Amino acid sequence: MEYVVQQLINGISIGSIYALIALGYTMVYGIMKLINFAHGDVFMVGAFVGYFAAKAGLGLILSLVLAMIVCALLGVIIERVAYKPLRNASRIVILITAIGVSFLLENLGIFTLGAQAKGFPDIVNKQQYHLFGGVEIDSVQVIVLVTTVVLMLLLQYIVHYTKIGKAMRAVSYDLEAARLMGINVDTTISATFFIGSALAGAAGVVFAIMYPSVDPLMGIIPGLKAFVAAVLGGIGIIPGALVGGLVLGIVETGVQSFEGMSLWRDGVAFGILILILIFKPSGLFGKNVREKV
Amino acid sequence: MFNKKFFQAIALAIVFYAIVQGLIYGEVLNDYYVDTLVLLGINIILAVSLNLINGFTGQFSIGHAGFMSIGAYVSAILTVYFDLPFLVAILGGCLAAALAGLIIGLPTLRLKGDYLAIATLGFGEIIRIVWLNTEYVGGASGLNGISKYTNWTWAFFLTLVTIVVIQNIVKSTHGRAMIAVRENEIAAESMGVNVTRYKVYAFVIGAFFAGMAGALSAHYFYIIQPTSFNFMKSFEILVFVVLGGLGSTTGVVLGTILLTLLFTFLQDWPELRMIIYSLILVLTMIFRPKGLLGSVDLNKLLKKKTQPAAEKGVSS
Repeated sequence: MEYVVQQLINGISIGSIYALIALGYTMVYGIMKLINFAHGDVFMVGAFVGYFAAKAGLGLILSLVLAMIVCALLGVIIERVAYKPLRNASRIVILITAIGVSFLLENLGIFTLGAQAKGFPDIVNKQQYHLFGGVEIDSVQVIVLVTTVVLMLLLQYIVHYTKIGKAMRAVSYDLEAARLMGINVDTTISATFFIGSALAGAAGVVFAIMYPSVDPLMGIIPGLKAFVAAVLGGIGIIPGALVGGLVLGIVETGVQSFEGMSLWRDGVAFGILILILIFKPSGLFGKNVREKV
Repeated sequence: MFNKKFFQAIALAIVFYAIVQGLIYGEVLNDYYVDTLVLLGINIILAVSLNLINGFTGQFSIGHAGFMSIGAYVSAILTVYFDLPFLVAILGGCLAAALAGLIIGLPTLRLKGDYLAIATLGFGEIIRIVWLNTEYVGGASGLNGISKYTNWTWAFFLTLVTIVVIQNIVKSTHGRAMIAVRENEIAAESMGVNVTRYKVYAFVIGAFFAGMAGALSAHYFYIIQPTSFNFMKSFEILVFVVLGGLGSTTGVVLGTILLTLLFTFLQDWPELRMIIYSLILVLTMIFRPKGLLGSVDLNKLLKKKTQPAAEKGVSS
């Protein structure tokens, strides 16, 4: 029982990182119907900004905020330079562009920073807290959970109680109609990238603290898994991304905890993806939309 | 299809083969060039077969490296563990890949667009993870000790076979049906085209040839490892197709040759190579979203130049 609870805590802490990344995927998909493959690499950039900030002696909060700002700007630049000229192109063309941007960020990373993984400096006092029985939670996990909850509440506030949030919901509901109502669609899309990328940046920093290392290709697998989480919860639905991320984290940790199954960990996410796509492509929270000719 | 022009093209190709073979025999072309030529063949097979799925049938698959890995592993198992002849091993690899294409295609081809892309990517990764966890084929360290059977002759003729077969399919009733599925699924269905069946056809045939490319590459580079078939490889194949032009075999072959040569040329600067590669991808999409040649076919291009007057009256 204690073992199960312990695994659950581990699963939730990795799952909440997936959830943070998944939010960016889901928000962008909701608005542009684009799988932003570069999102995982924005996450990587966030981790590196955190790394350099931490090396420069900035504390946890400052590193986190700095990473979020840099990533948010990066997200907006990517959108303006690569995706905006393709607003009216077919979706496949934009998808391939996103793959290209993702490649570009990874390889620029390798070119400028080297391919070797770098150890993340200790900016958090590692400490174990005993909850009950033999169940423990360490300070890094606490930080991950607190960061996720705070950012999630902030996001809920922005999406539901601000003007730009209202515009985002309108654009994701119907882009053309929103434009007719006088909403500046381009600004709204940029704002979406801004917020989504900021979340990815924060996720990058906490991920790097948790597995204390950073490298230019670190964004690929968490990025793909976060995408799975977004699809699992129903892509385009914000609470879905949260639930999807947590479910994925818990299932993955569960599988990993069995003897000799750790190499299959990465397969679990894709297995879930295939199952959900075949049986309920709209995701756990999605509604079936009837196709019209 | 089997007209005078076709045989002329085949004859031309064989002359080209003979010249290169002569140059290799006379040691004018060293191993470095032969490596490049074989790699070109393998990449063309991959790109042309992916083009059947992505370009002609309009189904966005990004799991091609998965099928390639099945061809590579199965053929290597057949030659290493069972001592079967190379041709049998290639066929075995192709059939195994095609079977995987069928098994994967049937459920996933109900999905559309992005969802299909992600599902195929997921399957490609799952195939890789299965190899990674199979001790029989060496797990993460890969299968080595594969004999080097592939040479310029094998690479050339199998590439030729791939191009001829796929071009023939595209020009046949089945190919027309596939193009109809790409243009408008609902319209195609209402005209009596069995949409699902043609999607699965394209998928299985594409997987078959990807398996062939896998078998060729396994028997050229001595060793196969799960990591060389990750989704970066799938994207690489995708870039060949996209740069050349989705739905144009000529374009895809040209795009593949161009990129493979660029790659070999820049191999001393691996990081720079990938940066250039991704820049090409992004810039092509922004400025020339239909690829270098788009859906232009070389035959049509030549025809237009030689008889512009005759073409003018007919709206195509």
